[in-house]
Amino acid sequence: MLASQNNNNQKVLTTDGIPLKKKLSKALFRSRLRAFGLVTPLLLLISIGFVFPIIVFLTRGVYNDTFEKYMVNLTPILSEWDGKSEPTEDMYEALVLDLVWLKETKNIGKVASRMNRELSGSRSLFTSSARKAKKLEAPFKESLTKVKKKWAKLETWRAMKVTSQSLSPVFLASALDMKYTADGTIVQKSPERRIHVKLFIRTLEISLVVVIAGLILGYPVAFLLANLPIRISNLLLILVLLPFWTSLLVRTTAWIAMLQGQGVLNDLFVVFGIATDQDRFTLIYNKAGTLISMTHILLPFMILPIYSVMKTIPPSYVRAAKSMGATNWTAFWRIYFPQTIPGIGAGAILVFILAISFYITPALVGGQDGTMISNFIDYHMRKSLNWSLAAAMGGVLLVIILFLYWVYDRVVGIDNMKLG
Amino acid sequence: MKFFKLLFASASTLLFASVVNADSITVVSWGGAYTKSQVEAYHKPWQNKTGNQVVSEDYSGGLAEVKAQVESGNVTWDVVDVELSDALQGCDEGILETIDPSTLPAAPDGTPAAKDFMDGALQECAVGNIVWSTIYAYDKTKFSTPPTTMADFFNVEKFPGKRGMRKLGKAMLEMALMGDGVPAEEVYDLLGTEAGVQRAFAKLDTIKDHVVWWEAGAQPPQLLADGEVTMTIVWNGRIFNAIAAEGQPFGLVWDGQVYDLDLFVIPKGSKNKEAALDFIRFSTDTQRLADQASWINYGPVRASSIPLIGSYHSDPSIKMIDHMPTTEAALKNALQNDFEFWADNGEELNERFNAWLAN
Repeated sequence: MLASQNNNNQKVLTTDGIPLKKKLSKALFRSRLRAFGLVTPLLLLISIGFVFPIIVFLTRGVYNDTFEKYMVNLTPILSEWDGKSEPTEDMYEALVLDLVWLKETKNIGKVASRMNRELSGSRSLFTSSARKAKKLEAPFKESLTKVKKKWAKLETWRAMKVTSQSLSPVFLASALDMKYTADGTIVQKSPERRIHVKLFIRTLEISLVVVIAGLILGYPVAFLLANLPIRISNLLLILVLLPFWTSLLVRTTAWIAMLQGQGVLNDLFVVFGIATDQDRFTLIYNKAGTLISMTHILLPFMILPIYSVMKTIPPSYVRAAKSMGATNWTAFWRIYFPQTIPGIGAGAILVFILAISFYITPALVGGQDGTMISNFIDYHMRKSLNWSLAAAMGGVLLVIILFLYWVYDRVVGIDNMKLG
Repeated sequence: MKFFKLLFASASTLLFASVVNADSITVVSWGGAYTKSQVEAYHKPWQNKTGNQVVSEDYSGGLAEVKAQVESGNVTWDVVDVELSDALQGCDEGILETIDPSTLPAAPDGTPAAKDFMDGALQECAVGNIVWSTIYAYDKTKFSTPPTTMADFFNVEKFPGKRGMRKLGKAMLEMALMGDGVPAEEVYDLLGTEAGVQRAFAKLDTIKDHVVWWEAGAQPPQLLADGEVTMTIVWNGRIFNAIAAEGQPFGLVWDGQVYDLDLFVIPKGSKNKEAALDFIRFSTDTQRLADQASWINYGPVRASSIPLIGSYHSDPSIKMIDHMPTTEAALKNALQNDFEFWADNGEELNERFNAWLAN
């Protein structure tokens, strides 16, 4: 009691006798709590509606328990099998048991489609064998191979061993054009089946070109916007924002009308004799089409950050440089340009990250060599229904973006970015 | 106070409306002229008969949406028009309701439904409605001698100009082989071998630089009309619609056609299963299937519907029976899509097709 009183005496007290430090932290805590309370809805929304589903979905890329869940008898035996020796009668018996049960519970299709992704032709192997499984008698090895010869093949069993591992790199490997085998090794796919790595590279290349093109086209526009008299610059700004407010789909379709073989641009080329009527330029349904329309669609995201940074640069700096004898170019390059770099950084990273996951535009105008990795993620989501592969590809894309972000942070520095 | 009364009134109207709409079903199909034929022949008469509402939605095929709806437990589609391979796969995966064929109405002469429907049109989870076909069509104004065979489609020297093709392995690989001179009955045996697959891709290679790829069924007639292509792979009903209804100068070639079935299915967990079943029973009866054929030239799957097929709805001089994919002339060199082959090899072949496309 005495000690605490002594202690209190040394501290600065507020009027009601509580130490100032305590009171202050209490007040701060309350305001912090209030602030936290205000962002809680957003935080909840983001974690429930965004982060959680993404994590759940990404786990599909490395975890698929279809086989383990439905082939309850066979899975434990397969995990002990070495993948090389002749399959035993026990394995056949377990397989038949599982097939009978799958047929009865109507789950055979799930396992059959999962297996078919590993080994083409397994779907009918599983479904037709399951139909007859109930009538089979021991020895099962003999009776099952009589139904379908493929059951005697080592290849079939090795594929089942791979599929029986729920947690496996099989989809990740596939997303990188490789194949995970029953021995636990990863080998490259044959050249005519490789596609994803090429698409990842193409995606990065297209995004980079869009950023550079956007910079070349956008920088002068931003400069004009920031330096023209306000009446004209406001009008210009509206011209920049108008397409920004227009639907993405509308702008893409407009580009189709502009660029197609019988489109406006080609018609003009023919009129001016740049192209002949028979031999018009192919500007769409290829990489050129994707680049042109993506650059246009993403241009406002480049112009606006640069413009807002330029707005804050006092004109007196350039005037001062000139008054000290700098040429126009030197004044621009040494004084003005370095001050716009935070805007360029912001615009470039914004456009790059938007471009890398663009998918509607390349899907519509990409044709065969202008499609991007996102179109294949979409393909596996909607057409082939291989959600695990889609998740694995999405995961790889996410890792690439995070890595590039890290590189950007190291080279340019993320603090050196300004949106205005 | 007045405001709250108003709010209450409108809320109760909404509630009431949704009670009345309990028997409104959502029927999903492929859009365009095909959906129109179904609206005229199935939806409208069924609405008049039962007083229920039909909401028509479009999609571009595949089971993805159905799968997503069933897995999330929020099934909003009640009837979906799917291809045979999807009907079988969906049934195997347990995402479709089973439909008992004995509940389907018999033909007018008393033939039970099971015998009246053509082979493959009645499945555990699906009821067929039409036979449709993938063929190729050309712009008549661009060629002095019209193309007549599948080989002509792949001959860009004799028939110059861009080609429209579907961005999918299915049917394109079969057509490539037929274009290379393989008779229809040998196509799937050959496509099951590595040499056959390579031969198909080699044939596609010869026109790769001339191809405009399409994905939705409404695109190819548009590509032809815009002059973007001089020939295109197309679904036979779409191109017929462009010719008959829009008067476009297009010709079509049946040689090397790949025909397939479309079937009605019900996603598992549909909230209006009974109404959906009633809709399917009604729509696939003899008269309705025959009516549908006067809007588009997709053939009815019931044998008893064939004699009832009339003429085109807006032009009595066009006898629809002559334009069906199943006429004798059209079937001369025709291939039925092998659903089991595609169920087994679809993934592998589509993957290779995509890789080939991107290279």
